[in-house]
Amino acid sequence: MITLNSKIPEGPLEEKWTRYKKEAKLVNPANKKKLDIIVVGTGISGAPAASSLGELGYNVKVFCYQDTPRRAHSVAAQGGINAAKNYKNDGDSVYRLFYDVIKGGDFRAREANVYRIAEVSNQIIDHFTAIGVPFAREYGGTLTTRSFGGVQVSRTFYSSGQTGQQVLLGAYSSLNRQIKAGTVTMFPRREMLDLVVIDGKARGIIVRNLITGEIERHSAHAVVLATGGYGTIYYLSTLAVNSNASAAWKAYKRGAAFANPSFVQIHPSSVPQMNEFQSKLTLMSESLRNDGRVWVPKAKGDKRPANEIPEEERDYYLERRYPAFGNLVPRDVASRAAKERCDAGYGVGPTGLAVNLDFRDAIKKQGKKAIEEKYGNLFEMYKDITGIDSYVEPMRIYPAGHYTMGGLWVDYELMTTITGLFAIGEANFSDHGANRLGASSLMQGAGDGYFILPYTISNYLAPEIKVPRIKTDTPEFQEAEERAVERINRLLSVKGKQTATDFHKRLGKIMWDHCGMTRTEAGLTEALKLIGELREEFWKDLLVPGSADELNQELEKAGRVADFLELGELMVTDALNRRESCGAHFREESQTPDHEALRNDDKFAYVAAWEYNNDQPPVLHREDLKFEFVELKQRSYK
Amino acid sequence: MKLKLKIWKQKNAKSDGAFETYDLDGVAPEMSFVEMLALLNQTLAQQGREPVAFDHDCHEGICGSCGMYINGYPHGLVKGLTTCLLSMRHFKDGETIVIEPWRAKPFPVVKDLIVDRSALDKIQVAGGFISVTTGAAADANAVLVSKKKSDLAFDSAVCIGCGACVAACKNASAMLFVSAKISQYALLPQGRPEAKERVRAMIAEMDKQAFGSCSNTGACEAQCPKQIKLFNIARLNREYYKSY
Repeated sequence: MITLNSKIPEGPLEEKWTRYKKEAKLVNPANKKKLDIIVVGTGISGAPAASSLGELGYNVKVFCYQDTPRRAHSVAAQGGINAAKNYKNDGDSVYRLFYDVIKGGDFRAREANVYRIAEVSNQIIDHFTAIGVPFAREYGGTLTTRSFGGVQVSRTFYSSGQTGQQVLLGAYSSLNRQIKAGTVTMFPRREMLDLVVIDGKARGIIVRNLITGEIERHSAHAVVLATGGYGTIYYLSTLAVNSNASAAWKAYKRGAAFANPSFVQIHPSSVPQMNEFQSKLTLMSESLRNDGRVWVPKAKGDKRPANEIPEEERDYYLERRYPAFGNLVPRDVASRAAKERCDAGYGVGPTGLAVNLDFRDAIKKQGKKAIEEKYGNLFEMYKDITGIDSYVEPMRIYPAGHYTMGGLWVDYELMTTITGLFAIGEANFSDHGANRLGASSLMQGAGDGYFILPYTISNYLAPEIKVPRIKTDTPEFQEAEERAVERINRLLSVKGKQTATDFHKRLGKIMWDHCGMTRTEAGLTEALKLIGELREEFWKDLLVPGSADELNQELEKAGRVADFLELGELMVTDALNRRESCGAHFREESQTPDHEALRNDDKFAYVAAWEYNNDQPPVLHREDLKFEFVELKQRSYK
Repeated sequence: MKLKLKIWKQKNAKSDGAFETYDLDGVAPEMSFVEMLALLNQTLAQQGREPVAFDHDCHEGICGSCGMYINGYPHGLVKGLTTCLLSMRHFKDGETIVIEPWRAKPFPVVKDLIVDRSALDKIQVAGGFISVTTGAAADANAVLVSKKKSDLAFDSAVCIGCGACVAACKNASAMLFVSAKISQYALLPQGRPEAKERVRAMIAEMDKQAFGSCSNTGACEAQCPKQIKLFNIARLNREYYKSY
């Protein structure tokens, strides 16, 4: 049985992290190279973690499923990265960034963690700038910023509409520097199949070499998971198609609690689905809502082309419902508002499942060139996909599964409930509560990797210096490898008629319909049944061509879908348990008279951390959230 | 749409490959090229035949995973697009499409349309970084950078490392790829302290990985899905001469 100890340092909010750093144990430079650390994932938390741990002198082994670390899906983040620099003199501060994130997350995150990420945010921008990330600048040569949803200051640093690419490649360059220095060894095209726990401590991983199919054992004194989120469970999402939950899921099955699995962000602006073959929904950055106005026709079923609908017949519903924040309300609010209009019959486009995002007024006011400079690549991408020129007519957008606030439960040190297993970035649950604000994911990922984990992992490793290199010929490694091989053989031996993709699409639909933007008791109960049936069918009728000892992409997919079929059940269980609405988790039974999320702080101001219990239902552990520094309020963006 | 696909099939790096022909029905014009291939693979799998291996991931033209010759052109003939963003609108019903992996000595075929591009990583490892250790940076606004130079650096920095420039070049030169990184750092004051060492190290590694020389035909620029400009190569050469 696990126990949750969040290990939040005592003292005033502003002093907790300083106090922690002062008291944390250190590892002598000569001892660091005797300590091995495994990092799985090379995105905006994994690459920073690996490179900074390498810089410190640890012996780091890094794994990713892609052919090179530069392709981790953080590369696709578009809009920007937040920091409390207050370069605009508009009233920003560490406290305000902290407060915005706590409020944006609908008061379901830990105060101490959020304050800490706000504290390190400025250093992240300094570091990226120093290593050559070309953030957008003013004519005078200083860095510039823009606004994002859920805030009233301009604190988002960006590189056109491809900030994720620029910061990820910055992190990749640091990683390369350490590979050259010999402190980091890179293992690309490896998929983690299991976690190895010895005497209660995470000591290694089992991976499959995706080229040869070989199963490999790798050991370390500590293991760090930076494996991202699980939004691809919806099949259609804004994520890379190979993004998956398997590493985190394997950790869960080895004893790491999974926190708030039902907290999933549905991003309000993606290119709507066009056909049944579509493999993903492409994101259109939230930054577009700085200048784009969201509207639908005032008349139901108005099928006229957007440009033929006169101003007075347009319903700018976000501006109407939320005059204070207008088009820049947080993502959960914007998504639900779009769904509400479409469900009521006001949607646009061929399917009626879309709303307009219109740049007409911004182009009129600022000129086409200014808009092109800010969002050029997004307009191009939109045109490539849809054939529509958004300089002339509005974009059509619709919500899509995007980011998972839920993830492995971690304490203040970013350690999971398995000693020596850390989770950083999107893979953990820590900072965004029930809804993440735009441009906070790069901030949290990079902050965890560069400026938090290096301190907390050293504190853990200090007593480990007496432990010699971990051997891989132990019974625990043997057992984990056998389990991984057995599972692969099982996937290959079903020899049914439906591919992994067939099952993935069906699971995605169940999740989207019943555990997506809105949820009900009846729908969730139905979903539990449907997922159970689908999982049974999967193990009876799965078709995986080819063999295990070769590059086999169908086998890779099958393993990931098998894990999603289990994770889906946990998400639904969590959503059922939480009989309140908060942030992105919207239970229809719990809403205010004007259809906003209605929290129940008396009963649900806690983190729901689920413990794996073999074939029995998972065990719920509650971490009560204590708000000592902010007042719990009904969130309002009106 | 109905298509005839001639696709390169090769079991692994050691075996010989050959073209195989597939008939594919039910292709919709709004599909992307990789969605079309996914449809092919779905069909093949259901028939118990082996799917075609190919790399793809983000489906929005930014991760650089996908890449193949489409009728002889890297990422196809439409300018400024990766394979994943190339729409089937650009093809006609009944058309035959020839699909091959990158052909370049430094990119050995792994399987079917997948090649090993780790040679590109090795060049980056040799010098594609600025040596600032985490925590050592001054305030981001301590060094001013002109907007013009910063924008130019960004234009070079958008390279996705897909390898199309190498595949397009008759010499299999990686000069556009290397010059993009060199230019990004050469244009920024942050990159100047190590400029000499960087350009020499990256060029030396490029040569070691057996990429060919640049003969200035401009095929790389024409096929680059991110439209990285040829003048980056001029800047690379200048940086290289200046380093001696």
